[in-house]
Amino acid sequence: MVQKSVDAVAYSSGDTPPSRPVEWGRIAAHLGLAFLVILWTFPTVGLLVSSLRDKDQLAVTGWWTALMSSQRNEVARLAKADAQVEENSVFHIRGNLFEPGSGRSVISFGLRSTQLDAARPGDTLSMRAGGMITLEQDGSFDWVSPTPFTHTRGPRLFYVAAISPQFTFDNYVEVINAGGIGRSFVNSFTVTVPATVIPILIAAFAAYALAWMSFPGRGWIVAVVVGMLVVPLQMSLIPLLRMYNGIAGWTGGESKTYLGIWLAHTAFGLPLAIYLLRNYMAGLPREIMESARIDGASHFKIFTTMVLPLSFPALASFAIFQFLWVWNDLLVATVFLGNSEKTLVLTGRLRELLGSRGDNWEILTSGAFISIVVPLIVFFSLQRYFVRGLLAGSVK
Amino acid sequence: MIEQIINALVTMAIGVLAAFVYFWGTNWLLDRFLGSDDPALPADQVTRLDRMRARIRPWLFLAPALLFMSVYLAYPVVATLWLSFRDRTGAEFVGFSNYLWAFQDPSFLQSIGNNLLWLIIVPTTATAFGLLVAVLADRLWWGNIAKSLIFMPMAISFVGASVIWKFVYDFRGPDSPQIGVLNAIIQAFGGTPQAWISVPFWNSILLMVILIWIQTGFAMVILSAALRGVPEETLEAARIDGAGGIRIFFDIMVPQIFPTILVVWTTITITVLKVFDIILAMTNGQWDTQVLANLMFDWMFRGGGDNGRSSTIAIVIMLAVLPIMVWNIRNANAEEVTR
Repeated sequence: MVQKSVDAVAYSSGDTPPSRPVEWGRIAAHLGLAFLVILWTFPTVGLLVSSLRDKDQLAVTGWWTALMSSQRNEVARLAKADAQVEENSVFHIRGNLFEPGSGRSVISFGLRSTQLDAARPGDTLSMRAGGMITLEQDGSFDWVSPTPFTHTRGPRLFYVAAISPQFTFDNYVEVINAGGIGRSFVNSFTVTVPATVIPILIAAFAAYALAWMSFPGRGWIVAVVVGMLVVPLQMSLIPLLRMYNGIAGWTGGESKTYLGIWLAHTAFGLPLAIYLLRNYMAGLPREIMESARIDGASHFKIFTTMVLPLSFPALASFAIFQFLWVWNDLLVATVFLGNSEKTLVLTGRLRELLGSRGDNWEILTSGAFISIVVPLIVFFSLQRYFVRGLLAGSVK
Repeated sequence: MIEQIINALVTMAIGVLAAFVYFWGTNWLLDRFLGSDDPALPADQVTRLDRMRARIRPWLFLAPALLFMSVYLAYPVVATLWLSFRDRTGAEFVGFSNYLWAFQDPSFLQSIGNNLLWLIIVPTTATAFGLLVAVLADRLWWGNIAKSLIFMPMAISFVGASVIWKFVYDFRGPDSPQIGVLNAIIQAFGGTPQAWISVPFWNSILLMVILIWIQTGFAMVILSAALRGVPEETLEAARIDGAGGIRIFFDIMVPQIFPTILVVWTTITITVLKVFDIILAMTNGQWDTQVLANLMFDWMFRGGGDNGRSSTIAIVIMLAVLPIMVWNIRNANAEEVTR
């Protein structure tokens, strides 16, 4: 037993352990992880792909078919007799079934809805209104008659169209303007930026006091901060709402203001900020602090010139946390900023769209993507700090 | 709009400036009026002043934070408790009648049941998946990419995630082609597509899937760091003793990181108790999916709002969190002693 563990130490310090013939375990690990990754990313990919699809296609085919062309039964009404032109004493009505850039092509066509495959592109059918019609794959048709056309009502042409995959930013344009997402984007920024920055300084001073100053009651305050970390926000909402309404009634102002939500988010972010920063600051080397004290530096000076710059990673961690939390928050925004058209933030808007446009997936997917793109950018560019903050906040 | 952004930036600047002025100013005042630099002062006077300043300064540093936390967190806890014994406007004392109402109200009881289900399923599943991903990813060269992707939902709001998953669960008539992945898969295997979101029990599970999807990344990150702390020698020793991968995992890794597993599990438990956005966005409590946090939100605004009842529901949520809170404080205190 002892001998074996000595061997183990020898392996771990340099030599590679003997490789096994076939590593089934490793293959299973690759497959298992790949499965989980696909499971985890598939829904988000679906959202992104769908938001870029043509809204008619989105409504009838699954997004995973986005790269295949789809088929649709469609109908067009041909022009009336006054559109005819005479060429060499033969009468033509020409046109195209498709709008330019519609990505459609004809698979088959017919004159009745029950005869969709009566003819192939390039074939000619004779019309009840007289003459013969030829329809090409690109949707252009030529209706020819030796006698003048006299019909007053355009006959209908039934066809099966192949719709090639189409990607467009139209959904985004629509949701930003008509959906009100553009306005909400600005509102979300308005709420988030001050609510992220203001708590940092307040928390940093408090954290320094709790980490490096000794005074009676310190242990109690730390315990209270740790306790407040988990107090559900639900506990705060009603009294604060009453308080805000009371202040508004008293001063004759509004109860739902940006100032109100900034202060609320500042306060709600403080326990985590103080906890994270204090843990980090407490880990700074004691010798540096003490030698600075002996040199006669005041606490204020030590804090601003040494501790604050050294704590940058922890400050960044908290800033990311708070940014993501405020940006993604629905509860505090609904309660303190309300649901009025003017002040609705992205999460609130998205919820409103889910209610009012629940079936318009082109609106919902593009709206949702706009609301998650900022946090995703912050997350992927600053993941290192985010992870560090998570670790400092949880592992004891 | 531009004006609004400028307002926000100006407020931010004012806020930061005000904080700085406060900290710098009070500090300066303290040194100015209780300073002991004057060489003419007698020695005992100097010590007395030094001691006074050392006693006051921490409170100057702490004051703004304490003020904020008292007004926005501590006072509301007491006020909510007080309101839970009063009527809908908070004007009249009604004793325990809000609590009596709650335990006879069908939607409250349903919420309790659903919350229990969430508490049993979500923290455990998310922790288990997180652990699985952490173990697998640490062995593979592309593990970091995998971790990043599985971690990504952490950045997405609950409402955003609800839209993503509502699309997965979408249902389009029994005979039309399905555009939701879930029903498309069911159809492909010959099943009957359904509007799953309105099918009781299964709809709750589908809502839980959203939270599990978000929280697994959290569990993974924390557990992955803990796994890296397991000494390589113990693992190697077990390998040489002939233990297989699965035995090593359960007999050596899991016991070693068990305290961390507990931390992750409790953290997700608290999230479960607080989450309401998913239910609000997906079903708003219809089809037997109600949970306490959403019921509380509902009563806060229903018919002009019932302060008493929603406070009562908030207190019930708080009571559920309380054991974890006490446990956390104890851990922190124990740590404080060893520091």
